[in-house]
Amino acid sequence: MFTLAIKSFRNRKFTTTLTIVAISLSVTLLLGVERIRKEARTSFTNTISGTDLIVGARSGPVQLLLYSVFHIGNATNNISWESYQEIARNPSINWTIPISLGDSHQGYRVMGTNSDYFKFLRFAGRRRLEMANGRIFEGVFDAVLGAEVAEALGYRIDDSIIIAHGAGKVSFIKHDDKPFKVVGILKKTGTPVDQTVHVRLEGIEAIHIDWKNGAPIPGQSISSDRVLTMDLSPKTVTAFLIGLKSRIKAFGVQRYVNKYPREPLLAILPGVALQELWDLIGVAEKALLAVSAFVVVVGLSGMLIALMTSLGERRREMAILRSVGARPLHVFSLILGESAMLTMAGVIAGVAMLYGLLFSCRSLILSKFGFFIAIRGLSTYELILTGVVCLAGFLIGIIPGYQIYRYSLADGMTIRI
Amino acid sequence: MTMSDNLNTAPAIDISTLRFSWGNGQNPILVIENLQVKCGERIFVEGPSGSGKSTLLSLIAGIVTPQQGTIKVYGKHIDSLDGASRDRFRADHIGFIYQMFNLIPYLSVVENVTLPCRFSKRRRDRAVGRASGFETEAMRLLNKLGMDEPDVVKRPVTELSVGQQQRVAAARALIGAPEILIADEPTSSLDAGHRKAFIQLLFQECDREATTLIFVSHDTTLANLFNRTIRLADINKI
Repeated sequence: MFTLAIKSFRNRKFTTTLTIVAISLSVTLLLGVERIRKEARTSFTNTISGTDLIVGARSGPVQLLLYSVFHIGNATNNISWESYQEIARNPSINWTIPISLGDSHQGYRVMGTNSDYFKFLRFAGRRRLEMANGRIFEGVFDAVLGAEVAEALGYRIDDSIIIAHGAGKVSFIKHDDKPFKVVGILKKTGTPVDQTVHVRLEGIEAIHIDWKNGAPIPGQSISSDRVLTMDLSPKTVTAFLIGLKSRIKAFGVQRYVNKYPREPLLAILPGVALQELWDLIGVAEKALLAVSAFVVVVGLSGMLIALMTSLGERRREMAILRSVGARPLHVFSLILGESAMLTMAGVIAGVAMLYGLLFSCRSLILSKFGFFIAIRGLSTYELILTGVVCLAGFLIGIIPGYQIYRYSLADGMTIRI
Repeated sequence: MTMSDNLNTAPAIDISTLRFSWGNGQNPILVIENLQVKCGERIFVEGPSGSGKSTLLSLIAGIVTPQQGTIKVYGKHIDSLDGASRDRFRADHIGFIYQMFNLIPYLSVVENVTLPCRFSKRRRDRAVGRASGFETEAMRLLNKLGMDEPDVVKRPVTELSVGQQQRVAAARALIGAPEILIADEPTSSLDAGHRKAFIQLLFQECDREATTLIFVSHDTTLANLFNRTIRLADINKI
């Protein structure tokens, strides 16, 4: 029966191919949605794994997490340098990393920070930042690029870059009187670090020295050389990351920061804030999963329709098979076998297409959304999903199978042309 | 069961007090007191369309069972067998040729001919026994039936002429030497000139195995080629 089914497919190549394509697309969607969801979570979790607390001006926890770590969105306010210093002196704190945001380069975020960033930042457990080329910044106008920035824009050591104000790719306001020099390029991390241009806090101060309230003062323009003679110590930071001496102290320090009398501040535990983010989009994720499940149902319905419509013209064929000795059960299992094989072929093609897409799109996803999709084998959950699809396809075959079973009993040898 | 025991003694087909109607049994299509066909006989069954010829064939083949009466094929009461047993019996002992559309379009010529061997071990064994393999046997039958050009056999069945298709159908009906061959208007699609030739080829092969041949047709000019003619109108007492 198996070879008969295969040969009958070749006779109806067009509809067979269409059916398989429909099923494979739906399977790719189903698995892809699940894959991306998991990978995003893993990637985001890896990014914050080395940080115990994040402090910013008082806004919302998710918002703070997003702009400080993932460079999505903007801060509402800044933190004064004095407040930062005082909080950093807290005995429970091991290290802090101040960051200053607000500028960009060709769509990539520019982050002002100090050498503590390279010393203390951890990701994906205990991995540290490493240089691929060059060195950490020293001068006011030195810049260290994340791996993705350097690769996408084709930068090398000693290249010159212009910082723009604001976060957009196209900015009308550029700090083009004060160019920066690339002195180092980081190794790939699979986190938003790859898409960041790192400069010193003093560098951020320098480019805003002749600005007031977020716009350049007309008529005043201070050159790079002159600015180096001025006082460039940082006045504010956008946020700072905290590493504690002991994790147990986290809630205590958080309370301290939230109650800080000098300025309205917010301290968050990154893991908790991330979970809030997932809860927020959890509904959307469930909806997406439901939609892709429906798409699979549609794909299988397509197969059902194709099989049912082919029954009419195959009654003749079935009558011939009956006359040479096929029993109605043979005829039933022929159709059932066909639906099982079509579904299986669709599932295999769908999985292949999934991996193909993941391979080809992951660098794009990394640069656009900041998370890295690792190529893994199918997880147990994904295998169960594909198993369910195969089973559904097999069971759907019962409908046309039973129909042709009844036809073959009724027709017998009589030929309905 | 050994068919050869019954050779020349018991009838191949023995129908008695048969009553059959489709559906709920109200209007009988066939009422036959007595019909016997001897082993190896060649019967010509004649009757206009709608007279119940195909129904009679379906009964002999065990596709349907009569509401009343008995049908014995080579001594076996097929009227009392269940569906699966009748299917098995048909697969093992009966070969068919239809008027047209005999072949499965996505199988090759040889695959079409060897189809019965897929479903009946008995016919497969008998086919293999005659030659070195049932494909070889298929080729032998095709040759004997006039399909001897080598490239014809390789063509897809949809490209064959009607005459060639009927020959392939005949080879399929004959492979594995089933005891009975039922042909339902097999020559009606052929030109008049080719009909006799086809029947002669069929006879040659049937002679080889002493196959009982039931040949249905409305072309009465062929009747004299056969041992006996049965007019359905005569024996059907509805």
